[in-house]
Amino acid sequence: MTEGTAPLVELRDASKSYGAVRALRDGNLALRAGEVRALMGENGAGKSTLVKVLGGVIRRDAGEMLVDGAPVDFHSPHGARDAGIAVIYQEPTLFPDLSVAENVVMGYHPLGGLKRIDRRAMHEQVTALMDRLGVRLDPDRPVRGLSIADQQIVEIAKALSFDARVLIMDEPTAALSGPEVERLFSVVRTLREHGAAVLFISHRLEEVFTICDTVTVMRDGAVVHDARMADMTPDEMVRRMVGRELSTLFPKQDADVGEVVLRVDGLTREGVFFDIGFEVRAGEIVALAGLVGAGRSEVARAIFGIDRPDAGRVEVAGRQLAPGRPGAAMRAGVGFVPEDRRQQGLVMDLSIARNTALTRLRALSRLGLIAGGSETRLAREWASRLQLKFHRLRDPVGTLSGGNQQKVVLGKWLATEPKLLIIDEPTRGIDVGTKAEVHRLMSELAGRGLAVLMISSELPEVLGMADRVLVMHEGRITGELSRAEADEENVVRLATGQAVAA
Amino acid sequence: MSAAPASAPGSPPAEGAQARRLTEFIFRIRELGIVIALVALILVTAILEPRFVEADSLRNLALNASIFAILAAGQTLVIITRNVDLSVGSVVGLSAFMAGDVLSSHPGLPWPFVFVLGMALGAACGLLNGVLVTLGQVPALVVTLGTLYVYRGLAFLWTSGRQVNAETLPDSFLGLGTDSILGVPILVLIALVVVLVVGQWLRDYRAGRELYAIGSNPEGARLAGVRSDRRVLTAFVLAGALAGLGGVLFTARFGTVDATAGTGYELTVIAAAVVGGVAIFGGTGSVYGAALGALLLGTITSSLIVLRVEAFWQQAAIGALLLLAIAFDRLVGLRVDARLRRRSARRAG
Repeated sequence: MTEGTAPLVELRDASKSYGAVRALRDGNLALRAGEVRALMGENGAGKSTLVKVLGGVIRRDAGEMLVDGAPVDFHSPHGARDAGIAVIYQEPTLFPDLSVAENVVMGYHPLGGLKRIDRRAMHEQVTALMDRLGVRLDPDRPVRGLSIADQQIVEIAKALSFDARVLIMDEPTAALSGPEVERLFSVVRTLREHGAAVLFISHRLEEVFTICDTVTVMRDGAVVHDARMADMTPDEMVRRMVGRELSTLFPKQDADVGEVVLRVDGLTREGVFFDIGFEVRAGEIVALAGLVGAGRSEVARAIFGIDRPDAGRVEVAGRQLAPGRPGAAMRAGVGFVPEDRRQQGLVMDLSIARNTALTRLRALSRLGLIAGGSETRLAREWASRLQLKFHRLRDPVGTLSGGNQQKVVLGKWLATEPKLLIIDEPTRGIDVGTKAEVHRLMSELAGRGLAVLMISSELPEVLGMADRVLVMHEGRITGELSRAEADEENVVRLATGQAVAA
Repeated sequence: MSAAPASAPGSPPAEGAQARRLTEFIFRIRELGIVIALVALILVTAILEPRFVEADSLRNLALNASIFAILAAGQTLVIITRNVDLSVGSVVGLSAFMAGDVLSSHPGLPWPFVFVLGMALGAACGLLNGVLVTLGQVPALVVTLGTLYVYRGLAFLWTSGRQVNAETLPDSFLGLGTDSILGVPILVLIALVVVLVVGQWLRDYRAGRELYAIGSNPEGARLAGVRSDRRVLTAFVLAGALAGLGGVLFTARFGTVDATAGTGYELTVIAAAVVGGVAIFGGTGSVYGAALGALLLGTITSSLIVLRVEAFWQQAAIGALLLLAIAFDRLVGLRVDARLRRRSARRAG
């Protein structure tokens, strides 16, 4: 490492807010030539926001960005790319209708005579890239239908397709198998030797310690630590990421476990998840853990009837649910709090009262008309029970903070008096204080005999809240852990497809 | 749907080649399907009414489809980016009247000039559409529904009830709509050239491929560094310019033009594109398919007229064809999806 020269890219005191939520503050990060830096933090710690600022996807509200020591301001991802910054984003950015090769070179196709696209050169270039990554993936096949792992490979190939000086990878290994990860690492090492800088985000600690030279730790939207990897231990890393004792945050109370409420048997959706079977009892919180793309949310969607499974059955309180019918699931007493609150959980422009009443419109209506004030009465009741912090019930739900929005979604479902509540990422994008409140609420609900199926990517949340943990890997349940058995190591092992240590 | 668990061990070695053949097949079959439908339609009509395949009749068929093929090529550019241009009919009307009015009031003017003028006018209309869609962030459906009325209104304002008659237009200009070179009508030649040029541009140039990327995944295109707004704007401008060209050709072909020229064309043009395999949600389809779609729609109408089918049934037939094409696309799409999904599953398993 060369300490004297100016970093290839540097962020100084960058910050970014979405309404009332501060997604990033004190964003300080420098990437030097020949450096592989880890960016660590829990989900929601602000890593992705920082990456998007570097990649020109979002613009920082304040602070400075320097490339080769000179201030820059990217107006679009194109600007970042021209500056030699390649980014692999966590969410898929591929074009399903186009071929693998075109996905890789989009916007930068090799050109022949008359500036026409040279398809043969494109094919060769992408074949060479795939060889370099050690993957057999046909460049001419459409991306539609690729597995998550293969999609990830295409994303990586895309970032490597031009001579990037700075490569930013937001969880590139989440869906990859062992040999594929090894290949990626050897590519990263080559890049480092050629003087590129790499920013690497991963939840797998051992990977980070293997490949990275330095580390930046983020917590609650801020950069809190910057160190050489050699000076860090895994324990210290976790402590800096979490920054608090787990027990105070996750107050799961013991509850009497009752009847089986949800029974899933042989649930399969081709190419997505296979032969999923488990039970959830009244008073229990069962967590579905696993890496992003393991198929957890898809299982939840199939149980609730949003996607139709190819095979298998779902029973709620002993009665089979009609597949692919969310209405039937709701009538059977299932509530579903989706992963993406803003898109799927709420109607952002509607008022708090309207949003709360959405699931109860039939009960509230008389002769097809919503009785005046009934929505407000319902919403007021739930707002006080959930200790919602709001100005007026008439305000659009979009004006609330993330945590309070989540309470509205919960209230909406609790108003239907469900037997089973499926919660996908209960506290994503919620600040620490409100997180604890949502957890307390979940615990209370389970205590009153509700069955809860929780999907969470936050390990501390899984370990703290769940009575039982089901771990998924590449569409299959690879293990079930009791509260006593579940620890970070076991869950991560199962989630990455390794056997649990005896 | 079958429910076989996808746990077959080992991956078939020919996975890549198989997938490639499959997708190539699907892309080809779409355009091939229209050709087959077209041939079948002409054959059946010819058996029932042999005059349908006489040279004159076939010539008319091609002439009728030419303007629509040009418009469909432009529309394809826009639809592929997950947008739509409903204002084409009005732009045709505006440009058609402009061409007629300019030529009849300035008899000495060389007629190629009105082509430049018509396309510039169309491009300006397209530019306004594009600016409202990209910078204004208004859905294209709403923007172009609005400009459909605005541009038509402008045409009425300009004509103030007048009409341009064929006698006032130069013969050389009208000849474009009637004369032939080596037996091929000039109008058809123009349409062929336009469709080929636009088709190749969309197929073989970066800008063209980026239109597919934008329609396939708008957010992904932005992240990949595609300048989406600029590309979408280009698509609208080109579609407008082609509509302007269509308007001038309309005047050359029909000679008599008033403010209502091209009314209702937008729906026929969109129908042609969709029948030709251009997905209304963007990302797939080709200019060639859309042009073939225009030819098929025109042929159906002509054949029903020749067979003396009532006008109502002609409309119904076009509607049925549209639904058939959409159902076909959906069905094939679902099957391909399922096969690709299963194949990947085997590879991963």
